[in-house]
Amino acid sequence: MAASAPASDPRFGPDRRVTLGQPLKLDGGASLDGVEIAYETYGTLNADGSNAIMLCHATTGDQYVASRHPITGKPGWWARTVGPGKPIDTDRYLVICANVLGSCMGTTGPASLAPDGAPYGLRFPVITIRDMVRAHIALLDHLGIERLHAVIGGSMGGMQALSLAAHWPERVARVMVIAATAAMPAQNIAFQEVGRQAIMADPDWQGGAYYNTGRAPDAGLAVARMAAHITYLSEESMHAKFGRRLQDRAAKTFGFDADFEVESYLRHQGATFTGRFDANAYLYITKAMSYFDLAEDHGGRLADMFAGSKARFCLVSFDSDWLYPTPESRKIAHALNAAGAPVSFVELSAPFGHDSFLLDVPELDRVIAGFVG
Amino acid sequence: MNGTTLASLRPDLALIAGHVRPGARVLDIGCGDGALLAALERERGCDARGLEIDPANVADCVARGLSVIQGDADTDLGYYPDTSFDYAILSQTLQTTRRPDLAMKELLRIAAHAFVSFPNFAHWRVRASLAFGGRMPVTKLLPERWYDTPNIHHLTIDDFRALAKEQGWRIEGQWFLNKGRQTHPANANLWAEHAVFLLRSS
Repeated sequence: MAASAPASDPRFGPDRRVTLGQPLKLDGGASLDGVEIAYETYGTLNADGSNAIMLCHATTGDQYVASRHPITGKPGWWARTVGPGKPIDTDRYLVICANVLGSCMGTTGPASLAPDGAPYGLRFPVITIRDMVRAHIALLDHLGIERLHAVIGGSMGGMQALSLAAHWPERVARVMVIAATAAMPAQNIAFQEVGRQAIMADPDWQGGAYYNTGRAPDAGLAVARMAAHITYLSEESMHAKFGRRLQDRAAKTFGFDADFEVESYLRHQGATFTGRFDANAYLYITKAMSYFDLAEDHGGRLADMFAGSKARFCLVSFDSDWLYPTPESRKIAHALNAAGAPVSFVELSAPFGHDSFLLDVPELDRVIAGFVG
Repeated sequence: MNGTTLASLRPDLALIAGHVRPGARVLDIGCGDGALLAALERERGCDARGLEIDPANVADCVARGLSVIQGDADTDLGYYPDTSFDYAILSQTLQTTRRPDLAMKELLRIAAHAFVSFPNFAHWRVRASLAFGGRMPVTKLLPERWYDTPNIHHLTIDDFRALAKEQGWRIEGQWFLNKGRQTHPANANLWAEHAVFLLRSS
């Protein structure tokens, strides 16, 4: 059924939407009707439908991989990697990226309207990484793609890629997991809980029912973003970028103004984030990550998860990433090895911490291009 | 993209590749830039995997479409299940491991057969250099000086045979190289620069 799509096929192109005809059954037992998925595609699906690559975005990412972000006006989050002649070459591959379930850039999430016409808020069911992937699979069905040439994701995107490979092994031929984990470590759950508590402690959060009140928990969401942002950097990159330099002033003010450049930077990061992200979506998505433990139903035996897989795998970690450090990726590589799956693993050297997967790391480009083929 | 042919391989690797059964499952430990893996996949139809310590080499391998895991032969072989390969290959690496005997045991646990290649420290040139020069030998095959060599466990062909006997490993094949060419096995311990052994655990 994977027929070649004519150039005019409305299912393909930038800024697409689809409303699922079937309810989406969720891990938590609930079921969502009329789920809308916002996505983009780049490139062209070939005649036998075999050249599709799905990219999975990170926690606060979105479908705008290689096109200008509609709110911030910035280039797409992986514009340096995805495009004609780039490591993920859109002259050769059809690239798909969907906003994840529970997010706020067009795919159904807590800010969406429930069937009763009011925003879900906390009535939105708690979701998992696998639920996000369920929505991706529904999108692939809509696009008529039976088997992906590859699924690729960094951070939370890597968790989705793993989940897809483990639960829908027949749907993918290559799986690339960058700076991720197969089970959220306690330290990461802890950081995420700080973020969630910051949002929920903001009186403007109003139990999640802040939509249409003229108030939103921007202060809480900004603090959540600031805390998270620290975890995406490395001590080295922070030191290089800011050191102890003061922000637009010659001397300390002996007050609680943002004296240091790093303070000013974080405040800016927090403030701009609230302009493009929904606080409840942040709660739901980080909770899905905290819940993530791929082998939970198999007594933690990760190798069992990939027993039926015929896909090739590639794991990449970065030496300066302390949020998803190398042992997390190595564990997955060893499990895949034990399962007999063809797997590559490499720890690349890059100074930018967890964010390295989004930044200029030429070795990563080489690995991606080689693995994608 | 995998431009490697058997003929363009390092002599010991070409010899090993020529004796691997077509279609076999192979693990190359210390696979470097993946030249042997690529040749095995391409010319022998093998399911070839690698373990390599240097990340730049691993990146090269992945860029060539090979399946290679970054890891250390001294610590990471334990993660491979028993008999998960037909052949395990350790070329020019045995003398760099912390415990060559344990590394060999791991090879023969992971795979039914093991290929091992190593420079022979009893080659006459090495002997002469030590006997008459009184200094640790620096030769073409062993170019590093004593303080910067990765070769921490120098061995001779007879040393290796003795270890195999002691451990009960069966030697199924042995080949000797001189200046990159196969040489006669007689007095190999004196005349061969380089040895390749094929073993199986009895």
